[in-house]
Amino acid sequence: MTRRRRRLTVLLLCALGLGTATALTLTAFQDNLVFFQSPSDIAANPPPPARAFRLGGLVEEGSVTRDSTPEGRPRIGFRVTDGQSTVAVQYSGVLPDLFREGQGVVTLGQMGPDGVFLAREVLARHDENYMPPEVAEALRRTGHWNPASGAAPPPGGRPTAGGRS
Amino acid sequence: MIPELGHFALAMALAFCIAQTALPLWGAQRRDARLMAAAVPLANAAMLSVLVAFICLATSYAVNDTSVVNVVQNSHSAKPMIYKITGTWGNHEGSMVLWVLVLTLCGAAVAGFGRDLPSVLQARVLGVLGAIAVGFLLFVLFTSNPFDRVWPPAPDGQGLNPLLQDFGLAVHPPLLYLGYVGTAVTFAFAVAALIEGRVDAAWGAWVRPWALASWGFLTCGIALGSWWAYYELGWGGYWFWDPVENSSLLPWLASTALLHSAVVVEKRGALKVWTVFLALMAFALSMMGTFLVRSGVLNSVHTFAADPARGVFILIMLGAFVGGAFALFAWRAPAMAPQGVFAPVSREGALVLNNLLLSCITAVVLVGTLYPLFLDLIAGRMISVGPPFFNMATAPLALPLIAAMALGPLMPWKRADLWPVMQRLWWVALVALAGFIIALVLTGQRALPALGFAAGLWLIFGAAADIIDRVRRAENPWARARALPRAAWGAAIAHAGMGVTALGVAGMALSTETLVALNPGQSTSFAGYEWRLDGVRDSPGPNFTARRADVSVLVDGAVVFTMTPAKRTFPIARTTTTEAAIRTNGMRDLYLVLGEEREGGAVLRIHHNPLAPWIWLGALTMALGAATSLSDRRVRVAAPSRRAVAAPA
Repeated sequence: MTRRRRRLTVLLLCALGLGTATALTLTAFQDNLVFFQSPSDIAANPPPPARAFRLGGLVEEGSVTRDSTPEGRPRIGFRVTDGQSTVAVQYSGVLPDLFREGQGVVTLGQMGPDGVFLAREVLARHDENYMPPEVAEALRRTGHWNPASGAAPPPGGRPTAGGRS
Repeated sequence: MIPELGHFALAMALAFCIAQTALPLWGAQRRDARLMAAAVPLANAAMLSVLVAFICLATSYAVNDTSVVNVVQNSHSAKPMIYKITGTWGNHEGSMVLWVLVLTLCGAAVAGFGRDLPSVLQARVLGVLGAIAVGFLLFVLFTSNPFDRVWPPAPDGQGLNPLLQDFGLAVHPPLLYLGYVGTAVTFAFAVAALIEGRVDAAWGAWVRPWALASWGFLTCGIALGSWWAYYELGWGGYWFWDPVENSSLLPWLASTALLHSAVVVEKRGALKVWTVFLALMAFALSMMGTFLVRSGVLNSVHTFAADPARGVFILIMLGAFVGGAFALFAWRAPAMAPQGVFAPVSREGALVLNNLLLSCITAVVLVGTLYPLFLDLIAGRMISVGPPFFNMATAPLALPLIAAMALGPLMPWKRADLWPVMQRLWWVALVALAGFIIALVLTGQRALPALGFAAGLWLIFGAAADIIDRVRRAENPWARARALPRAAWGAAIAHAGMGVTALGVAGMALSTETLVALNPGQSTSFAGYEWRLDGVRDSPGPNFTARRADVSVLVDGAVVFTMTPAKRTFPIARTTTTEAAIRTNGMRDLYLVLGEEREGGAVLRIHHNPLAPWIWLGALTMALGAATSLSDRRVRVAAPSRRAVAAPA
């Protein structure tokens, strides 16, 4: 095989590889980009069912309830608020250690048929002073960021998932 | 006094490294033997200075010197001694000192083991390594000095993040840094070759041991990090495609490609420009990982502090080194004449395919990791790219790679026929197919895990077939097997290790999980066992208090063993960690996490993780393969001069 033809083969292979990679990336992006939504975003623009997204805000005071699913799995219900709107959340899993009423929380899941957000993961931080940056941003937008409750969100600490269900 | 000594030692190291950069590079240009000879003692002096600084820092931690800001922020007198010492690198400043220490150690190793290198090449490699060390030392001294004092001394420290008080942390960063810094050495070789304008078989032979060592350490470091996440975070998973995990995986992928293409340079003199490019790329990705993790752009447990000045500094360094190197590449690479014509179906062709697929996987992971950052910067939209994306986008590329992994080693160089190779692998294909069908039946027709099992078997038995094929025509196969080059054994072991990991990953895809609320005395059945909660009690620790559940695991009414998952509360750091209880028998893990307590009882999450330990076992096997290959006399750094004579040019 001549050098020219070899080069051409290699170039063609590279183009094929890159093309495949691009196609794979784009198709995977289409279905698997997870957007962050605040309760106000959801009120203004209800997301389609069966599309996963991350919901974040503050856990409303006094909203946490504990019961069991029909299959007997322990379940937790709470409401996430950003000061303007609230969304009810149901979660069947182990809550992160620093899940507290009145504290920031980020959950991953999708809207159920009855307007209840079914969470697969609940994220909080290991740090008691922590406010997830997305939540801080959402609160700032709705004007409910209370500077008295602390300065800008401190960095550090990995989000801890309470588990998957 | 000790912190000042450490600070002074760092400044001395900077001076040595500046000299190590300037003198040899200038000397190599002028062909001045005396200037070039200065590189070796300077590299050793720099290494010793940084070592002194590191020991000073570790001492400050060991004696809990609260007049040092770094100690105050990251340590506490109540911490066990082992975590005081490992805490030295459990923070930003300390970890950067460790980085520089490993870098200068590599410099000293090139100086010590590289006596057989042509003196010009050695001088240039040491010069480039010196330049990298200068950058990092400036970074440490000006933006993250670990020896800053505070007056008056604080009464006590603020404690280390409890998640990091762990054996995994003690070993994970040093291993990963050895890997990262190893890519700096191959980078230095690549830049030296570009300055020289010459890449030959001998160059490939010198680069390969460094690429191998760096790859082995990266493999161990990543595996350890994944294992740590598995047992310490309590989520039950082993890889989360977290941006920080990805930023260690990216250099690994590039190193894997480099390792294979360096073989082609060494044996056949082909793929030179591409190998140099990969060496630059591997280091660029390591630097990018350092930037992402250290700058606070990403939020994770690895982000010790978000200081914009540091991010900017690393970004400038990244631009200077990587940009400079790629500019040099664009200027000099076209001059390197390609050699070694080969057919598409050949050992070289298989290695090209390996490189192509690995590069595509690297690109996909890179895009998935950086895209959220760009979207946030440009559009202000907050998104995350989760595991489904990475699984979906990388699996179709990984499967052909795995298929080729067993075929490649059986192909002869230059030109091969696919048919004879397939003939020698037919029984392996049969084993893989049988595994696929059995897994399909046993798992209720879940195709992806079954495909994973088939891939694992294909790799393991493919590696065995490679060795068998090499020895079977010998009169005494055992003697022949022992006489096989260690590099051949190393490749087979590493490929089989990949297979073991593939089996583990496939097994984990079949993991099941349940969540129950139990009162003391109540039990539930799961995974063939009966799980009885005996009670939840307090249990004190050295610097934490724990709530611990006692769970008895029964078979046929008899207690087989007990498991005690716990939650630890660290009062000093005001945080809580989850301590999963893990019971393994090598074939499966039982993994138990304590959730919230409810009305006297507790919520428990139980995982049954088939073949979970194999994931890390496989990674260790891969690293063992690298070590075996390194022990080959012909690969060792001192040996290549002999090899260079024999190598076909």
